[in-house]
Amino acid sequence: MKQRVEIVKKILDSNEQLAEQNRKKLDDHQVFAINVMASPGAGKTTFILQTITKLPKDLRLAVIEGDTAPVTIDADKITAVGMPAVQINTGGDCHLDANMVGLAIDELDLDEIDLLLIENVGNLICPAGFALGNHANILISSVPEGDDKPYKYPNIYRNIDVLIINKIDLLPYVDFRMDYFREGVEMLNPGVRTFAVSSKTGEGFEDWIAWLQAKVRSAQE
Amino acid sequence: MHELAVTESLLAIVVQSAKENHAQKVTDITLSIGALSSIIDDSVQFYWNHISKGTVAEEANLHFNRIPATLLCLDCSTEFTLEDELMPCPNCNSINLNIIAGEEFQVDYIEIQKEEDKNHETTS
Repeated sequence: MKQRVEIVKKILDSNEQLAEQNRKKLDDHQVFAINVMASPGAGKTTFILQTITKLPKDLRLAVIEGDTAPVTIDADKITAVGMPAVQINTGGDCHLDANMVGLAIDELDLDEIDLLLIENVGNLICPAGFALGNHANILISSVPEGDDKPYKYPNIYRNIDVLIINKIDLLPYVDFRMDYFREGVEMLNPGVRTFAVSSKTGEGFEDWIAWLQAKVRSAQE
Repeated sequence: MHELAVTESLLAIVVQSAKENHAQKVTDITLSIGALSSIIDDSVQFYWNHISKGTVAEEANLHFNRIPATLLCLDCSTEFTLEDELMPCPNCNSINLNIIAGEEFQVDYIEIQKEEDKNHETTS
């Protein structure tokens, strides 16, 4: 005789519990953490570097770099500008998970950090499913990727707090219908905070930096 | 997607629940998977067949309850299901929408055989 046992539990429940622990650790040390997601080549590292350059020098930050392969190209760029960086090699996995981020957090001195930037693996599908324990999810969508991304990858647009439209300096050269793109985003995540920038030229960063600084300040109150 | 990680997580939940309920064997597992969750059934089943070997849930059948993406138009209250691509309200063309189903990603229930069931079967 078979017996039915009700479970009704999220499949990634254990990841979410670990994410909750990470969150608590960050909160205990008044660290504001963001998870930066994007497809490969959207400009995540350049965006992070430009953000570091634009932030006041007394704001203490650290970067966790997620990569699928043991390459330290991105982490090296961060340490080159004098910031602590922890590299996570996912061993081919398509996303960071809460366990990996928890281990990386333990390598950092959280008392010496105000802002933690987590650069996720370049991918528009998998990172959306795995909570890390950060306070804000940031998605970078770059102009040359095309204006149909919200329609093709709806899931990742659902749980983001900030959308960065990157590489706007390329708008004159590619067929990117901003209205079509924004309509797709609006259907999935109404009113999501959006900043249009060029990480290369620094255009449009003032508002993003102001938003970020306000968040870091409120985490310390 | 990341089906291996998902399948490993699923196995942990099922084994834990089987243990709590003194199951001798897990025969069936029913999942609710929303269309927006980007999980491929065949892929989960493929990994399942490998990683469940030697566990209480070996050879369990996975049942996928696929839930279509359903949207509610906040302007004209039309409810519609996405067949493929994301689209505005088919009635009034509004983009003022609310996703009301399609993001599910959970284990609903498992079906188990208990030790005493087996004894009962052999003695009857």
